[in-house]
Amino acid sequence: MSVPEKSVLKEPVVQESLIGKRIAKMDAPEKVEGKTRYIHDINLSGQLHAKILRSARVHAVIKSIDVSAARALPGVHAVITAADVPDQRPIGVAKDHLPLKTDRVRSQRDEIAAVAAETEEIAEQALKLIKVEYEDLPVLADPEVAARPGAPAIHADKPDNVAMRFDYQHGDVAQGEAESDVVVEDTFKLHYVTHCCMGVSGMIAEFDASGNLLMYSNTQVPFLHKREFAEYLQMDPSRVRIIQPPIGGGFGSKLDIYPFEMICVFLARLTKRPVKLVFTREEEFLASPTRQPVLLTLRSGCKKDGTLTFRQVHTLHDNGAYTSWGATTPFVMMQTFSSLYRVPHCDYHTVAMYTNNPYAGSFRGYGNLQATFAIEQQMDKLAEAIGMDQFEFRMKNAQEAGEVTGQGMVFRSCGFKECLTTAAERSDFRRKLEKNRKNQNAPGPIKRGIGMAAMLHVGGGAKIHQSDGCGTILKMDDFGHVTLITGASEIGQGSETVLSQLVCEELGLPMSAITVINNDTAITPWDVGVHASRTTFIAGNSAIGAARKAKIKLLAAAARKFECAEDELDLRGGYVTRAASGEPLIDLPRLLRQLHFSDKAELVMTTFYYEPPSVHQDKGFKGDVSAAYAWATQVVEVEVDTETGIVKMTKVTAAHDVGRVLNRLGIEGQIEGGVVMGQGYALTENLMVENGVIRNPNFRDYKLVTAPEIPEMDISFIESMDGEGPQGAKGVGEAPAICIAAATANAIYNATGVRIYDLPFTPERVYSALRGRSKKPYWQPA
Amino acid sequence: MSPKIDIDFTLNGIRKNATVRIDMSALDMLRDVIGLTGTKYGCGEGECGACTIQMDGVSVNACLLFAVDCQGRNVVTVEGLAADPRAAALRAAFVKHGAVQCGFCTPGMVMQASHLLDTHPDADPDAIKRGIEGNICRCTGYKKIVEAIASVSQIQNQE
Repeated sequence: MSVPEKSVLKEPVVQESLIGKRIAKMDAPEKVEGKTRYIHDINLSGQLHAKILRSARVHAVIKSIDVSAARALPGVHAVITAADVPDQRPIGVAKDHLPLKTDRVRSQRDEIAAVAAETEEIAEQALKLIKVEYEDLPVLADPEVAARPGAPAIHADKPDNVAMRFDYQHGDVAQGEAESDVVVEDTFKLHYVTHCCMGVSGMIAEFDASGNLLMYSNTQVPFLHKREFAEYLQMDPSRVRIIQPPIGGGFGSKLDIYPFEMICVFLARLTKRPVKLVFTREEEFLASPTRQPVLLTLRSGCKKDGTLTFRQVHTLHDNGAYTSWGATTPFVMMQTFSSLYRVPHCDYHTVAMYTNNPYAGSFRGYGNLQATFAIEQQMDKLAEAIGMDQFEFRMKNAQEAGEVTGQGMVFRSCGFKECLTTAAERSDFRRKLEKNRKNQNAPGPIKRGIGMAAMLHVGGGAKIHQSDGCGTILKMDDFGHVTLITGASEIGQGSETVLSQLVCEELGLPMSAITVINNDTAITPWDVGVHASRTTFIAGNSAIGAARKAKIKLLAAAARKFECAEDELDLRGGYVTRAASGEPLIDLPRLLRQLHFSDKAELVMTTFYYEPPSVHQDKGFKGDVSAAYAWATQVVEVEVDTETGIVKMTKVTAAHDVGRVLNRLGIEGQIEGGVVMGQGYALTENLMVENGVIRNPNFRDYKLVTAPEIPEMDISFIESMDGEGPQGAKGVGEAPAICIAAATANAIYNATGVRIYDLPFTPERVYSALRGRSKKPYWQPA
Repeated sequence: MSPKIDIDFTLNGIRKNATVRIDMSALDMLRDVIGLTGTKYGCGEGECGACTIQMDGVSVNACLLFAVDCQGRNVVTVEGLAADPRAAALRAAFVKHGAVQCGFCTPGMVMQASHLLDTHPDADPDAIKRGIEGNICRCTGYKKIVEAIASVSQIQNQE
């Protein structure tokens, strides 16, 4: 029992607010002991182990597949190819992707066959016995080549290789250009990186005797998947149940249905046994989604007084062989171009081309790292061209509260200028910028640089699906304990804890008085999923809604009992108190039991569904798609070793408009982790794809940032108190990773006078650039 | 199928017998044969540290060892640190300092931190960063992990 029951308490009840405190994650004690059971740690009775045979070729016709020897291996229960699953349907965002490939492989990761066996070892042996004959086709590894007339088609029904197009505009860029005193144009080249969740992908699928499907899944979108799996399997969705064990990292990687998940289900259906399929790390690199690689040409202008005049953007996305959420990142990219600053004229065009490369999914930031990399470098270039300080130039064009942008976004709360000012002041930006510039030609190989970048991202959900809502069921037991049943998934980000704080704050309870159920579609109410930095905002408002209804019920019961008005009462410290004095009247357990076991026989259980007051975009991508927007400015300091090209990130000063800090410990952790993920994107991470083949599918050659390399971090929170946000808060999950690469580019320029337009800033790239040996990326749309 | 062999060793203070395939890793033995799942598979090639255990007092990657390498040795996993007072302080510090997010790297981090403080009880933040260099965390950005370990190191210094 967590709420103390005391028959007599005389002192007024004082309860400190939980908001803004450093509250430890509720799941951390289990995790530090190694007791948390991730999907890898779960084994069901009678379970078989599955493995997938992937293509040995990048692009080829499958001439024949011989599985007879694999089927004959003792311990093998099933071997399947496309021929064994005649009812399989295309999956993914564009439904262009069969889980098991029929006559053709289009990328290195392609699934040809799968085995379910008694042990993983037997399954691996069986894979080696499968014989596949291929006839190679030319590999299309360059999206520019894929776009040329006459290029071979990757998919027969998409003869032009175009996977997706986005065209947006507000104003008239020709007019904007005519009004400009300065115009700059550059091409930026963004590379492949991947999520590298520490827990590799996996699933356990099982059909019960009545044909109901149970999946233990790592998905970030259980309710969308429940429906989609049912659709692909032609099942009644109510027969599909998804349980999400704790997840070893998400970062957007688990938003789509991937072939391995369908294959695991096919094997379970065929064998009538639970089937577990877990990737190796190599497989995780080969067959997980990536961040979208982009070639981006940006043309911008401004007047001499620093007023921005226009932006014209063309991007070429490498879609890879199939279409996942990566193709849709322009939704977010165009927001940055149209609305981060006040721009009267903006034109944005994306074409995503099919190639034989790995296919891109959603990844923390969702296109915004790429967009911000381009914009924030050009902001520095424009400022320099008109002789204006980089900070002043941003301040002059920064959005403010009350603005309705060309894209129709409405900035109700906006702490952008405070972010800029705070980051600049705390990092001593302007003085260091000037000092470093003067020192560019000073003796010695080490040059210091400082660079700034800012970002805008959705902070109040994003209305993409029919609903952007989240449901909550709140239950109080006879002992004053709350069970919060929420649709929102915990993926390590701390949603369980922050939602508990919000509920306990409403009900005047300590954190020990709450349990959260958040991982079973048979129990939890609908939620659209963990994406778009939405959980704190959307699920938070939903949880508060349910808690307020419970509070009303409790206070009404107490008001009847004590014959007073409800608004004279409050809930504090596990008691009903007098609001004015804090005088305790009755403890909650007693009140709850009196309700339960009285003539009225009432339980305190409430439900709430929160739908944010945002709107779907129109066909021109205009509309106020989020209920709130998050802002940040980050200043990066570097030391560039001009003799080796090594860039050391020494300090990051970050100022984030988060609406309000709910859990200081949690939000610091989100920002620190995001900054270091951004550092990896800027400096070290690079999934090397050569002619469709991933050359470095391991942590030895794909270099993640390790502890000795992290910068000093100075983090400030701007509390703009969003009117719609839960306790004033806005989303922050993706924001911290977005600015780092752009700010690093600006810092390298400040240190050396050399601007680099492609990522990552590896020693080789920087060394070559400093010696004028690198080629600036160039791309013009046809 | 690979041949099997019987080994005996000390696991978390208790004598243990196991029958293992000769090509099996110590990690697979701990997880699949013995059923201790606190030690995690992150990469299988010694690059991420999620499978860190201690063997005869030295921290090692269980994925790089054969199960048969455990023969006659003293092996400690995260489960075996349950009764260790300094490990308890480390665990509490990880919780309090926010050093845990998805938690998948955490058991390996705790094992490595425990070994680090065994060998360098007064490790400063720079020494701690070097000490956990072989352990990858994708969520936290390491700062809070370093702070958590440093807080325990300082406690030791005060004593």
